Amino acid sequence: MRSTLNFLLPVMALFSGVLCVPAAAQMPTYRVGKPLSAEEIRRWDTGIGPEGKELPPGSGTAKEGKEIWTQKCAQCHGADSKSQFAGNVRPPTPDNNPVLGGEKGVIQSRQFATTIWDVINRYMPLGEGGTLSAGEVYATTAYLLYLEGIIKEDDIMDAKTLPKVRMPHVNDDMSPYKRIY
Amino acid sequence: MNSKGRSRRRFLREGATLAGLVVGATGSASGQIAGSETPPEAQKPGFKDTRGYGDRSRFETSSRWPIRPQVVTPETPLNTISAPSRTPLQDLKGIITPNPLHYYVDASAPYPLPDIAPREYRLVIHGMVEHPLMLTLEELQRLPSVSRIHWLECTGNSGMRQRNYIQFRETAGMAHGMTSCAEWTGVLLSLLLKECGVQKGASWVYAEGGERARRAKSFQLEKAMDDVIVAYAQNGEAIRPESGYPVRLLVPGWAGHNSTKWLRRIKVVDRPHMAKDDWGFLVGPDGKWMGEREFDPKSIITFPSGGQRLPGPGLYEISGLAWTGAGVIRRVAVTTDGGRTWKDAQLQAPVLSKAHTRFRLPWNWNGEECIIESRCTDEKGRTQALLSEIRKKWGENPDNWRSSESPGERFSGTQPWKITRDGVVHQAAFGPHLTPPLAPGTTAAAPLPLNPGWKDESCFG
Repeated sequence: MRSTLNFLLPVMALFSGVLCVPAAAQMPTYRVGKPLSAEEIRRWDTGIGPEGKELPPGSGTAKEGKEIWTQKCAQCHGADSKSQFAGNVRPPTPDNNPVLGGEKGVIQSRQFATTIWDVINRYMPLGEGGTLSAGEVYATTAYLLYLEGIIKEDDIMDAKTLPKVRMPHVNDDMSPYKRIY
Repeated sequence: MNSKGRSRRRFLREGATLAGLVVGATGSASGQIAGSETPPEAQKPGFKDTRGYGDRSRFETSSRWPIRPQVVTPETPLNTISAPSRTPLQDLKGIITPNPLHYYVDASAPYPLPDIAPREYRLVIHGMVEHPLMLTLEELQRLPSVSRIHWLECTGNSGMRQRNYIQFRETAGMAHGMTSCAEWTGVLLSLLLKECGVQKGASWVYAEGGERARRAKSFQLEKAMDDVIVAYAQNGEAIRPESGYPVRLLVPGWAGHNSTKWLRRIKVVDRPHMAKDDWGFLVGPDGKWMGEREFDPKSIITFPSGGQRLPGPGLYEISGLAWTGAGVIRRVAVTTDGGRTWKDAQLQAPVLSKAHTRFRLPWNWNGEECIIESRCTDEKGRTQALLSEIRKKWGENPDNWRSSESPGERFSGTQPWKITRDGVVHQAAFGPHLTPPLAPGTTAAAPLPLNPGWKDESCFG
C-alpha cells in the first residue's frame, strides 16, 4: 500500500503540474478590450499607495510648505492647522473633532503619510483640486508633518523619503471616523 | 366659470396641442416639431416635451430631500452642496426606487457632476494582473451581463451623530432615506478580473471614480470575485449622472462608499491601497483594522410613518422595507402596542438577496395613541437591534450617541413611530415624542457648542 503511494506521488505531482500550466497563464476568454503598455499604465496609475510607488518626481520641505499653507490653506484650516474645516460636512463629536492638527486630528490619525499627499494632490485647495504642482504637494505635506512633530523642518520630502515617514499610528487605526463592528 | 366650462376649455386647449402634434409629425421626417409649427406652449420658457421621455402626473410631487442649491458660489456652504439627497421612502410602493428618486451622496462636490460622453469613457484594469486591459463602454456592453436587484445604503444612513436630528428626522425619508433599491445591469467584476488574470498574492482591489477629485476606495478581492457588478444600467435605462453615468461599481450588501461612481480604474493590489478615501473606519471588535463587511439587518415602517396622518380609526395596511447585507430577509415582526406584542408581517415575494424587501400587515387602528415599530431577522439568524435595548447602553439622549464608538453611524436599530389620537404620526426615537419618555428627574443634555464655520440650518449629514 505504502509502496504504491510512494510510486504514485511523483506521478500525481507531475500531473498536477501539467494541469496547472494553462491555469497559471490564465488566457483571456473573451478577448474584448485593448491590452495596456507599461507606459499607458503609468499615466493612469496616479492614486498613491502606502509604498509610494506611484509618487511622481519633485520634492519640497516644510519651509517651502509654510508659504503655500499661508497663501492657500490657512484661511480654512487655520495657520496652526487646528481650525474646524470650514463648512465641514460632519459635526464634531465629544471625543473627536475633525481638524487636521493635534493628537486626534486627521494628520496624526493617518497610517501612511502617502495618504496625506494623495488627498492634497487630488482635492486641495478645495475648489481648485489638482492645481498644485507635485513639488508644492510635497512641500505642503512636509509642512503638515512638521507641525505634528513627525519630521524636521529641513527634511526633504520626495518619492523616496515620503513613504519612509513613520506615522505615529501606523499599526493601529486612530481614524476619527472609525467605525466599530 | 363652472366646471363644465373649464373642462370644455381644457379640451379645446388639448385638442389644439394634439393638432400641433399631428402637423409636426407630418411636417418633419424626424418626427420633431419644426420651429414654425411649434405650438405656443412649447415656446414658453420651461416647457418640457414629455412625449418622448415620459413625465409623471402633474399631481405627483414626491421629491428627494434636501434639494441641492442649483447655483453654487464660493459663498455657498460646502455642507449644503455635498448634503446627501435622500429618497422619500414614505412615498415608495413595492421595492424599486425610481431613478429620479434614488438617493445620492455627491462625491464630486464642490465640483459639478462629471459629464462623461459614452464614446470617451474608458475603464482600465491593471495592477497584479497578467493582462492589463482598457475597455470602452461598447466593449463592456459586449461581455456577458447580469441584471440584479440590490439596495445601496450610505455608510452614515440613519446616523445618530448629526445635529438637529429632531428637525431633520421627522419623516422616514429624512431619517433613513440614504438607501434605495434598483435593478442594476452590468458585467460581474469577477468576470473582468478573470479575463485579466489575477496574480497570486493579490488580496485587495482599488477602485477609482472619474470625478475631478477622483474618489478612491479599496475593498477585499474576495468580495470583488463574489457579487460585485460593474454596472451601466439602472432600472432598465442608463445610469443617471448623479448615480455614476456611464459606469459605476455596485458592491451589494456593503457600505455605499465602496460602490465607486463614474468608475474609471480598477487596480488589483495586495493590501488596502490607502489612497484618498481609504481613511480607516475599519476597526473590528478586537480594535484591529479589518476591512469592509456586510451591513446589519434593518427595517422601518414607511406607512404610517412620520409626517403622515391617518384620517380616522379603521383599517390600514402597515407597510415597510427590510434589508440586510447578509442576503435574504427571513422575517419581519411588527408591534402596534409599543413592543408588548409582535405579529409577523407578510413578505412580498419574491424575496431577493441584498434587495429591499417589502412587508405588509393589515391593521385596525382603534383611534387610541399607540407606538408602531418593525423588527427584522435575516438568513443568518441575525435580528435587528431594538432601539430600547440600545438605549440601555447608550442612554436616552442621542447626544450621548455621538461618540465615535457608539452605534451612531449607519444606525440599524428599530424605528418607533408614535400615532397620536389626532392620527398624526411622529418620530418617537427621540425628541418630544420620545418613547419611552426620559426617566423622571432627567433632562435632555444641552446640545454641544457649535464650532465656527458650522451652519446649523444646513446640517444634513
